[in-house]
Amino acid sequence: MPNTSPRVGLFVTCLADMFRPTVAFATVKLLEQAGCTVEVPERQTCCGQPAFNSGDRKTTADIARQTIDAFDGYEYVVGPSGSCIGMLHQYPDLFISTDPYFARATELAAKSHEITSFLFDVMGLETLQEKLNQLRFDGTVTYHDSCAGLRELGVKDQPRKLLQQVEGLSINEMEEAETCCGFGGTFCVKYPEISNRMVSNKTDNISNSGANTLLGGDLGCLLNMAGKLKREGKSIEARHVVEVLAGMTDIPAIGEADYDLASQL
Amino acid sequence: MQINTPFFKERAHDAMEDKNLQRALGNLKAGFPEKRAIAVSRMPEFEELRNQGRDLKNHVMENLDLYLEQFEAKVIENGGHVHWARTSEDANKIILDICKQENAKTVTKGKSMVTEEIGLNDYLEQNGVQPVETDLGEYILQLRGDHPSHIIAPAIHLNLDDVAEAFHEHHKRPKSDDPAVLMQEAREVLRDKFVAADVGITGANFCVAETGSTIIVTNEGNGDLTQTLPKTHIVVTSIEKVVPTLEDMTLFLRLLARSATGQEFTVYNTLSSGPRREGDQDGPENFHVVLVDNGRSEMVGTELQDMLRCIRCSACMNHCPVYGAVGGHSYGWVYPGPMGSVLTPQMIGIEKGGMLPNASTFCGKCESVCPVKIPLPKLMRHWREDEFEKHLSPKAVRYGIAGWAFLAKRPVLYKTYTRMATWFMKRWAGKKGKIEKMPLAGGWTDWRDMPAPQGKTFMQSWKEQQKAGEQP
Repeated sequence: MPNTSPRVGLFVTCLADMFRPTVAFATVKLLEQAGCTVEVPERQTCCGQPAFNSGDRKTTADIARQTIDAFDGYEYVVGPSGSCIGMLHQYPDLFISTDPYFARATELAAKSHEITSFLFDVMGLETLQEKLNQLRFDGTVTYHDSCAGLRELGVKDQPRKLLQQVEGLSINEMEEAETCCGFGGTFCVKYPEISNRMVSNKTDNISNSGANTLLGGDLGCLLNMAGKLKREGKSIEARHVVEVLAGMTDIPAIGEADYDLASQL
Repeated sequence: MQINTPFFKERAHDAMEDKNLQRALGNLKAGFPEKRAIAVSRMPEFEELRNQGRDLKNHVMENLDLYLEQFEAKVIENGGHVHWARTSEDANKIILDICKQENAKTVTKGKSMVTEEIGLNDYLEQNGVQPVETDLGEYILQLRGDHPSHIIAPAIHLNLDDVAEAFHEHHKRPKSDDPAVLMQEAREVLRDKFVAADVGITGANFCVAETGSTIIVTNEGNGDLTQTLPKTHIVVTSIEKVVPTLEDMTLFLRLLARSATGQEFTVYNTLSSGPRREGDQDGPENFHVVLVDNGRSEMVGTELQDMLRCIRCSACMNHCPVYGAVGGHSYGWVYPGPMGSVLTPQMIGIEKGGMLPNASTFCGKCESVCPVKIPLPKLMRHWREDEFEKHLSPKAVRYGIAGWAFLAKRPVLYKTYTRMATWFMKRWAGKKGKIEKMPLAGGWTDWRDMPAPQGKTFMQSWKEQQKAGEQP
């Protein structure tokens, strides 16, 4: 059990920043409900994955240094993405062991957590249970396990355990919930046809689950799957899991009709 | 074998349009991953065996010279011969010379991916020796002039009617689509070939240093006939297959069968330890082992050394969503799937093989099922880095990354840019909440909608809130 009020730096992630600020606001809300003090470091941009996965190690290291500096001094770093937080965990590999940034990268990796695993594994369900029990979500959801969160960070049961606290919500697991949706960062534009095949398999499994809402923990995958569901004309809504957990489902789902965030603030 | 790897994208396109191929690939999941999952669930210590397998292979790679020389000495002691082949050409020449020495007209072959790698069949044929594949899958492919699309199920891209057609054409018998009839037909035809062959060529799953033995595992028994009936047995294998002891070998047999086919044990596990000895009932008079390097020794001591742990079980490709979508032939050379995406650039060069390590979402499924825990995504990234350093990445990637990096390294500028980009996309989407077509984003919008941004960036909204002294 951590401090009663740990100081948490929010890693916003570039997709939440640009496409869906609601996800970042929901993350802040959950962290605060769990008793954390949340700050948003100004000097963060992206985790560096586009460079890392394109083989540009030097740029990746530059961005890693910037991120390490930006999150200096926080007790924890938490973000709404297994993929981006997984990238933070890779930072130590970018530096030789005598580089001062190696030790700092190791420190950052150790204190960085994906939001649902942070809430469940680090803060503990009890810090949030009362708030979650007050929520109501009438619907059947299915959960896509995003690859990096699942296989790099071990995120699997945490989001489901948290969701089970929400009244009215039931989970219908889809077939192949752990199979990649075909997003893969730049993969989806480098190999669009293969990516399309993968996301088509995914949307088939989503519809066959009978759920009316798709949830996940990574916006990259969610934008991909929501975009495909939309193109196929399917009426299944897609949301980041934190939106449900923070009770922010009055906001239109991903890719749903026009919505101006400013008016809701 | 012809290298078609640079055309991966085009081949993948054709593969996804090919209904018969897609039907065949549809059998993959029930055939392999589901069976593996059951086998693994029945063995609580499987995870521990994976660790042992990884550690043991690491130990072997760190002492590779020692174990290879021990293996060589034992083979010679047993009355066999060991040949060292640095390249494919060397290996082919060595094998042909042995065949010529024996005046061989035909050679039977057990399934061996190393002989595919070195292009042995074509070489032998060009030099007047007829190779006959005896693994059923390989035999079907040979009749069709085709190549394996999978390392343990070479004909997985074919359906029953393809086989029926090939047999009807080559065996000149009435066409049947009954698998049992086809199997019997293959058996009858191959029996004569087994008996007539002057030389039998097999691969090896492992080479045991302490005894000088090689082992093949098969489910058909064809390997046994290939290596015991002819006068001469040639084992063509590669240097990383060596393991210290028979007991070590059994560790890998347990890992291999479960990871590959979900069997607890493969049906035939056949050891060869030299030529026939006095009093032996059967076995070849001459026993040769050809140890192929072909770029492997260059991997020792580098990041790619981990790849030398590979025991060729095929679990990585069986579980790979990219392989499952496009099949093995799309990869354009011998080794497909994740293991092929790491090995191929080493063997044909990153200039030709660069497409493969890029064709991965890094979903990590391959690494999670690998019996010797090879970090396949990390090794694919190694090749992407090599490609990037050599300026071989496509221009769109290089400029794209450079432009993005320029912004991402300047937080203030980045914020301005993301605000503008978000504003633009929001306007472009209009009231629909999604973008159906956008310039420069065809890779995305040709196939799926792009959900529109909500409006302002989070950083912008957050700042405004903080200024106003509100809580979210």
